[in-house]
Amino acid sequence: MSNFETIIGLEVHVELKTNSKIFCGCSTDFGAPPNSHTCPICLGHPGVLPVLNKQAVEFSMRAAMALNCEINREQYFDRKNYFYPDNPKAYQISQLDKPIGEHGWIEIDVNGEKKKIGITRLHLEEDAGKLTHAADGSSLVDLNRQGTPLMEIVSEPDIRTPEEAYAYLEKLKAIIQYTGVSDCKMEEGSLRCDANISIRPVGQKEFGTKTELKNLNSFAFVQKGLEYEEKRQEEEILNGGEILQETRRFDEKSNKTILMRVKEGSDDYRYFPDPDLVQLSVSEEWIERVRAEIPELPDARKERYVSEFGLPAYDAGVLTASIKMADFFEKGIQEKADPKMLSNWLMGEVSAYLNNASREIDETPLTPGNLAKMIKLIEDGTISSKIAKKVFKEMIENGGDPQTIVKEKGLVQISDEGAIREFVVAVLDRNPQSIEDFKNGKDKAIGFLVGQVMKETKGKANPPLVNKLIAEELKNR
Amino acid sequence: MSLLEKKVSELHDLLHKKEINVTDLVDASYDRISQVEGKVQAFLSLNEEHARRMAKELDDVLAGYPGERILAGLPIALKDNISTKGLRTTSGSKILDNFNPIYDATVANRLYEAGAITIGKLNMDEFAMGSSNENSGFHVTKNPWNTEYVPGGSSGGSAASVAASEVLFSLGSDTGGSIRQPAAYCGVVGLKPTYGLVSRFGLIAFASSLDQIGPITHTVEDNAYLLQAIAGHDPMDSTSANVEIPDYLSSLTGDIKGLRIAVPKEYLAEGVDPEVKEKVLEALNVLEAQGASWEEVSLPHSKYALATYYLLSSSEASANLSRFDGVRYGVRSDNAENLLQLYKNSRSEGFGDEVKRRIMLGTFALSSGYYDAYYKKAQKVRTLIKNDFEQVFNDFDVIIGPTTPTTAFKIGEKTNDPLTMYANDILTIPVNLAGVPAISVPCGFSNGLPVGLQIIGKHFDERTIYRVASVFEQATEHHKAKPQL
Amino acid sequence: MSQISKDEVKHVANLARLSLSEEEVDMFTEQLDAIIGFAEQLNELDTENIEPTTHVLELKNVLRDDQARESVPREEALKNAPDERDGQFKVPKTF
Repeated sequence: MSNFETIIGLEVHVELKTNSKIFCGCSTDFGAPPNSHTCPICLGHPGVLPVLNKQAVEFSMRAAMALNCEINREQYFDRKNYFYPDNPKAYQISQLDKPIGEHGWIEIDVNGEKKKIGITRLHLEEDAGKLTHAADGSSLVDLNRQGTPLMEIVSEPDIRTPEEAYAYLEKLKAIIQYTGVSDCKMEEGSLRCDANISIRPVGQKEFGTKTELKNLNSFAFVQKGLEYEEKRQEEEILNGGEILQETRRFDEKSNKTILMRVKEGSDDYRYFPDPDLVQLSVSEEWIERVRAEIPELPDARKERYVSEFGLPAYDAGVLTASIKMADFFEKGIQEKADPKMLSNWLMGEVSAYLNNASREIDETPLTPGNLAKMIKLIEDGTISSKIAKKVFKEMIENGGDPQTIVKEKGLVQISDEGAIREFVVAVLDRNPQSIEDFKNGKDKAIGFLVGQVMKETKGKANPPLVNKLIAEELKNR
Repeated sequence: MSLLEKKVSELHDLLHKKEINVTDLVDASYDRISQVEGKVQAFLSLNEEHARRMAKELDDVLAGYPGERILAGLPIALKDNISTKGLRTTSGSKILDNFNPIYDATVANRLYEAGAITIGKLNMDEFAMGSSNENSGFHVTKNPWNTEYVPGGSSGGSAASVAASEVLFSLGSDTGGSIRQPAAYCGVVGLKPTYGLVSRFGLIAFASSLDQIGPITHTVEDNAYLLQAIAGHDPMDSTSANVEIPDYLSSLTGDIKGLRIAVPKEYLAEGVDPEVKEKVLEALNVLEAQGASWEEVSLPHSKYALATYYLLSSSEASANLSRFDGVRYGVRSDNAENLLQLYKNSRSEGFGDEVKRRIMLGTFALSSGYYDAYYKKAQKVRTLIKNDFEQVFNDFDVIIGPTTPTTAFKIGEKTNDPLTMYANDILTIPVNLAGVPAISVPCGFSNGLPVGLQIIGKHFDERTIYRVASVFEQATEHHKAKPQL
Repeated sequence: MSQISKDEVKHVANLARLSLSEEEVDMFTEQLDAIIGFAEQLNELDTENIEPTTHVLELKNVLRDDQARESVPREEALKNAPDERDGQFKVPKTF
């Protein structure tokens, strides 16, 4: 398409699902009134000291191992110095030289092509508070989030297209969700992403000047922002311009990136080892104990779905992309649902509903058992696929057992020949033109007549039976 | 003799026998403060209402109970960098002029549990940066022995208040000599414990890898009682050592026969006042007479301690003091239209020159391009200094020398030249860099001003320090002298 | 040779969020130059193979269990705030 190659690197921040903050005992629950989850330690009061949360260390080790990182055996924490109202000590406790893990990778699959993306490092740090800007120009500081344990995961600049970036993020999120260390909810900020992008003429070794994209509130926006930025940089260069090292923000309304600030030189964070914390020494036993806590990861599950349930690789990939979907699928199988039918429902109706409602599957009243029962009702002919959609709608919106719904709403399929024949006769009587058309060789007329019968029976008639009876009756006319 | 010139054990006995009650002690403290505080100016805040209420409560409790808590009812004051819930805590800085902590430091809690009564908060050099109290953001505390002289610093208020018998004892903090130097200048006993022995939780940090809280008292025995109450592991402080705390009182055996004393030649070299040197040699003679032996040794990297200390302590301080930004607490500049001005003006108006100087030195030492040459280099030299001590302690039980090269200097005498001022701490700083414990005990006078003897011990061997200090104290009369105010 | 220039002092002051008058810049440059010059003596020592000391005690793996405990009441958190609104710390506009 062009003579340029795109280089993308992603920095992903993931909040860990611990009970308490990384250096104090305040709760990490999301959504509490501002500053109600704070104490002298996370408020950065004079004289306070940090004590490291063991679970935060183990969670980040677990994630690092799931991302194929090597765990550093001797680690320490550094102070990263900068002033900002959401950073109460004016230094963030982070890891510079000896992070939790380094040299990892994950495999992505774009249009059937597999590719490894390197992970430079995964380190543990404390999250900052939240700053909101009031209408009068002032800013308000809420420190509830301050001190939530945070992993920063930095990719190698191995990503070449915005589509790969999207795939990387989906895969990273899936793996981390599988490990159980984070919810990875972008809308609650428990997963956040910044992207670095540069372009260079094909064949050139040196990287071009990169820009940094912020305010990327969904993976789709990451992809769109990168697509825009890729084009913008190319046009800029082709028009004889120069790419500046700048931070740009993605504007969701215009789908454009907008300049925030031009970086002048590099920031001087004056990192140094935090004298309030001691060395973290990770033994082989500790690593193995944490490794044993890592559950089956998406790729392994995907393979198993193909070999064990005979699913197409595509289906297995879609189902295992989210641990909630995959877990739901497996529970449905335990309830004896046909794997392929269950997979079709999950990838079709269920996913469409969830996308539309912006919900997760565990946030609906739908249960694997009920979905499995409904599938059985289709299989044994109690309901048609069409009726099933109505039952499903009721189940996912209000919950309930499909048999009860079918009964209460009178949705049982009519498979009685006599009853259906009465509807067929009535419809034919009312549509002489269609009969004429059929006799003149227009087969489409049958479709219309079937539709009319289904309408009359409120969709409850058994469709193959309707077809059969219409054909019979037409012969008699 | 005033009640507050008595020993801890004597006062405990008097309380026990009901010859006095706690209210008498608290009265004695505030009476003395009202008499001499105008001259000494050791305090930044008083806790009178609360202290009197607590005294009354304790009197009611103690009325029917002899009280095994040895410190119960005894009046203490704390250096103003120790966080006290609801009691103004400024760390000697204008930037915290209006600050009322919402939590108690671990040592404050332990004293509360021990039943000691906090009389007030003591003046100090701003954020513990200084050797004279002249860097206090509020006023200069005076040396009770001669009010034209400095009390030393940074725990000047802590030493002066005890020397002036305004309280029975006090807590100070020591980063490079800030307990021992003012104790020496004011003629009282001051201990810097082993790094990690006393919790730093609630101590407003100056240099986290060097800071330690310690007791300042009239006598060695009192010092041991106070250390016993505050020492011990604290899960709130990651750098707090999880060691068993020995019985310090039982270390005061009075026996130092066979004790091996090292006297570093660097500690009696050029720059040490001849009279100070003479007092130290006299003290060594006293100890020798009690059965100890001493030998000259070398701590070869001593001359590098000062530079090492200023680079490391200032670097740590530059980060520790960044939280004072006028956002969540403390004084905010009235004159700030945007965030940057808020930061710069609040900090520039709130901090004094010495604090600014050290913040800038530390920021420089950590900044890009200079980190290896200054900060990291200093951390490596720190290793050499620490090794010096380890070497000597292979063959000796304690190291002894003067606490300071000279006695107290006149107020205003050294304020213009930071480096000359820093040189005051040359004999105390190596101890903090090595993390070992050391005490300063009175060993005589020079021109009417007290001279301090420094006894340095091995890591967590406060017991030997106390044993030696106590033998010296018992064999001499220096600790009995009291300033006339 | 001078160890620190006026411009470096200004840069460092800015990093540390301190504003200095021109007189202060002069004074601090002179003083810091003397102190840093004094610190140059450390270069007399060969520290090539010496490990840096961050802690004098060799403590390792000081960790706490992941137990949430009660936070302070919000009024306490905001008690010392120079300015607040709606339970939050208020600061002037960022630029």
